[in-house]
Amino acid sequence: MANRPLAEAKCLPAALGLGGLAAVLALTEMLIRLGWVNRFIVPLPSEVFVSFERIILEENVLSRFLATAGEALAAAFLVSLTGVALGAFLHRHRLLRRACESWVAGLAAAPLVLLYPLFLVIFGRNALTIVMIGFVSGLPPAILKTVEGFAGTPKVLLDVGRSFSLSPSQLFWKIAFPSALPVIFVGVRLGLMFSLINIVGVEFLINFGGLGQLVNELAERYDLAAMYAAICFVILVSVFFFIASEKLERWLLRSA
Amino acid sequence: MTSGCPALGVGLLRLAILGTILLLWEALARSGLLFRDVVPSLAKIALALGHLGTDPDFYRNLRGTAAEVGVSLAIGGSIGVAAGLLLGGSRLLGKAFEPYIHYLGPTPKIIFFPVMIMWFGIGPGSKIAMGALSCFFPVALITAAGMRQIDEVLIRVGRSFRARPWQMATKIYFPAMRYPLLNGLRLGFGVAVIGVLLAETKMSNQGLGFMVMQSYSQFDMPGMYALLLVVFALAILVNATISRLGGLDSTQH
Repeated sequence: MANRPLAEAKCLPAALGLGGLAAVLALTEMLIRLGWVNRFIVPLPSEVFVSFERIILEENVLSRFLATAGEALAAAFLVSLTGVALGAFLHRHRLLRRACESWVAGLAAAPLVLLYPLFLVIFGRNALTIVMIGFVSGLPPAILKTVEGFAGTPKVLLDVGRSFSLSPSQLFWKIAFPSALPVIFVGVRLGLMFSLINIVGVEFLINFGGLGQLVNELAERYDLAAMYAAICFVILVSVFFFIASEKLERWLLRSA
Repeated sequence: MTSGCPALGVGLLRLAILGTILLLWEALARSGLLFRDVVPSLAKIALALGHLGTDPDFYRNLRGTAAEVGVSLAIGGSIGVAAGLLLGGSRLLGKAFEPYIHYLGPTPKIIFFPVMIMWFGIGPGSKIAMGALSCFFPVALITAAGMRQIDEVLIRVGRSFRARPWQMATKIYFPAMRYPLLNGLRLGFGVAVIGVLLAETKMSNQGLGFMVMQSYSQFDMPGMYALLLVVFALAILVNATISRLGGLDSTQH
């Protein structure tokens, strides 16, 4: 019985959040039905809900999801491999790190996705352009966090390794890399998030690929309800991916 | 290589890296390995940069983009700060609605562009809306987090002096939150620039994004490189200026 108020206190914010969302949707539905909001600009939420079935059955949303996921996976592979290797290289060469780290940080703040017209010329209008944009935009955080991860290796661990006469390679693989792994994963996760955002964005902009292209096509067809449903689908996929990677990161940090 | 690397060594190494990159670029441009002008020679890019500097069209488009980014930052930033203050000031509201902002933040905002075109037309309004939508999320999240970090003693001092809500905001909350607010502004600026420029590349008849797409459609590669260099330099410069003005070090705050 004593736990009941506690459980209620925990449920209240979630209920308020969901209730607020439902209230906004209901209000929008009402305003559109009353004619206060133009239904040719904002479709009825109920129509959007019904359109989910249509985009799944008629617009091959699952195969489009797989196309986007494949591009994201390829970009993630490149980001992990190159970002971690470059980060480890910068960490080993301190002068190089001091010379380049601020450049990499500057690149992380630069609008790298704007390079897409250039990539279109170099790679053509195909999946490679999308993967390369994902790779380039995800690389800076992966490099920066890898450097940070290696720099944070406790000195005492390295001293223990040296006292056991480990070779530099053994010191790296048995001590420095496992110790830096959780922070490296944070960087790879950030890089993957940047990649995914830019991959869907470029798909939409160049009208090629998976989910981004679906939103663009539906917009060009002026199929408003399905377009809103497709946008909701992209958001749900992004949120699911974000939550899953966040949980994995927490688990890694806890087990480190 | 000890920890006390001299600044001179770092400067020389940077020059050497830059020189190597430029040399490799020029060698690639002259090699004929790629299609002509995909990697134009440095002289052509320098010429295009010079041409850009004297082109009145460039300044007109730069003003257009700067205005769109400025207005979007003002709208999205102020709504973000208001939402952040509301969510950070109330534990219940924060727990109820902050997860939505937290999880919606890292979604690709550009897919909302068709919606913004429907709502605000194909003119600057939809670009401003894209920028505002992009910068709302980081500003709101950072403001809410900053609000929760304020020392409770400062708030109690304000209340014991019976400060009004406006006085609490201007005398306690905003001064105590200046670093998170500036950091939010810096991040918000970065994403607002991306939102506005990407929207301009998709559908527009003005702005730097429009100029980039014009260079692309005319296969004016030196012009495109020059434009991209200027856009990147401006974005990094403004970012660094906001950090420096606010005494921010991105690694600390």
